[in-house]
Amino acid sequence: MTAPTTTLTSLPSVAGAPAARFRDLLAAEWIKMRSLRSTAWTIALTIVFVVGSAAVATLTDSAAKDSGPAGFLPYDAFPPAGYWTLILVAGCAGALTVVSEYSSGLIRTTTVAVPARGSVVLAKAAVTAAVWTVAGAVAATGSLLVSQAVLGGHHGGVPVTHPGVFRALAASALLAPVCALVGLGLGVLLRHAAATMVTSVFTLLMLPTMFSESNRWSADIKHALVSAAWKRLVETWEPDPGSLAYTATITGSWTVYALWPLATVALAVLVVRRRDV
Amino acid sequence: MAVVIEVNELTKRYGSKTAVDGLSFTVRPGRVTGFLGPNGAGKSTTLRMILGLDAPTTGTATVSGVPFHRHPRGLRHVGALLDAGQVHGGRSAAAHLSALARSNGIPRRRVGEVLQEVGLAEVANRRIGGFSLGMKQRLGIATALLGDPPVLMFDEPVNGMDPEGVLWVRRLFRRLAHEGRTVFLSSHLMSEMENTADDLVVIGRGRLVAAEPLRDFAARGTGRSVVVATPQAAELAAVLTAAGASVEPEGSAGAEKLAVTGLPADRIGALALRNGIRLDELTTRTASLEAAFMELTADSVEYLAGQHR
Repeated sequence: MTAPTTTLTSLPSVAGAPAARFRDLLAAEWIKMRSLRSTAWTIALTIVFVVGSAAVATLTDSAAKDSGPAGFLPYDAFPPAGYWTLILVAGCAGALTVVSEYSSGLIRTTTVAVPARGSVVLAKAAVTAAVWTVAGAVAATGSLLVSQAVLGGHHGGVPVTHPGVFRALAASALLAPVCALVGLGLGVLLRHAAATMVTSVFTLLMLPTMFSESNRWSADIKHALVSAAWKRLVETWEPDPGSLAYTATITGSWTVYALWPLATVALAVLVVRRRDV
Repeated sequence: MAVVIEVNELTKRYGSKTAVDGLSFTVRPGRVTGFLGPNGAGKSTTLRMILGLDAPTTGTATVSGVPFHRHPRGLRHVGALLDAGQVHGGRSAAAHLSALARSNGIPRRRVGEVLQEVGLAEVANRRIGGFSLGMKQRLGIATALLGDPPVLMFDEPVNGMDPEGVLWVRRLFRRLAHEGRTVFLSSHLMSEMENTADDLVVIGRGRLVAAEPLRDFAARGTGRSVVVATPQAAELAAVLTAAGASVEPEGSAGAEKLAVTGLPADRIGALALRNGIRLDELTTRTASLEAAFMELTADSVEYLAGQHR
């Protein structure tokens, strides 16, 4: 038999191949992320919406135009309407990076290429976190700048060095990667698109509204949830000592920010190693 | 010859359903090995266990002596096409392959080369979602070739391909085997194997039916028979039966034929001549692979009693 001509050149044998490097997985996941047109569109539209919501909130805050307490002014930059949308989109986008692989079966192609499944989840998590940190930072900075521009017109601007303002900025920027990672972790655990979306929205958005801050136990549960933690971190003022409500601590809220993504991604890595693909 | 894929007492149960049941076989390099069985026989489950996607309930599957899931990166060891639909429709073919290549430290130029090889170079930057099934199969084959692996596994690779594509795939598999690679090819289409495979692994209901060279397998099926057409069917049947053959009537009334087993065509012709019987047709029918396959998998469980390999 004569071998037909081929365009293929041979690769170095397995022994001569470069070692498996985690940064190759990062690069691969980055290629996957940027090669989907929906990624850029989703992020761009979300940023526009979040920044727009800050502008609207500031414009319609009549107190800001008068001489409201300076401490409340930066709060207008981070209105719940905009940031709940950010939670929703980042959570779902994070989930989709894995759920889309499960629903199409691409996960099997991926796993044959990279049998180290835990590494794939970690690479996806790292790329997702990076992309949404940038998106969150742009949205939060944009929110603050737009809000301050509106307030500045009324001589009510507050510098970023004002107590609590930088914290609010950082918490709002990090809200996106925190939610994206929670979504990603849930996506690996649940695999089904609809189930993952509902669970993400429920845990990130709906659950905190179930619990009030008037009881100790109820407040404790609420404070352990992501969107409540964000809400506490963007409050630039100190809690009113006369208030009957329980207030979350700043440290506790940052801990919630760290633990949710860590726990969901760690669980995802653990489960993905044991389960059939 | 070295054994490359080794499956040993492999069993997979889903709840009470046993998909693969104590399966053992080996696949050797430099040959195309067909993996054959009716739908639901457990072919895909077996392939997934060999690739480490599914964990066996019991038993082992190794590639070059190692369970595949132990490799941190897989593409240089095994190339596989399991299902052409296992891609993201929103990505271009080039982006899909680039990501896979990058994850395994395979140089970028290889993406262009495999796309050229499978005939998708012109649509490299088009979204996979718009591809036909045949094009997706080609993309899946490109994926399998990406790492220049010594072992290749394909699950139903010709589904949805046009005749030209089928011909190309056959030549490609032959060439890959000729290069010394191990080519393991599943199909429920016997005809595909007839033209491609050197060896066969046949399973039915999750159990091994046969594992042997294709030639031996075909010979195990229905033996040779001779078809005879004659206007004097009853007369000839009597003569042949007397000579020790078994005769089955075939065809329709007015165009009667006899299927004769146990006598070669030349003996039948001589007997007819001696008895003054006119023959309109005398054809030797060799057992087709299809017939052998049907016969052996018809009741694979019964067939297997006491036949465990």
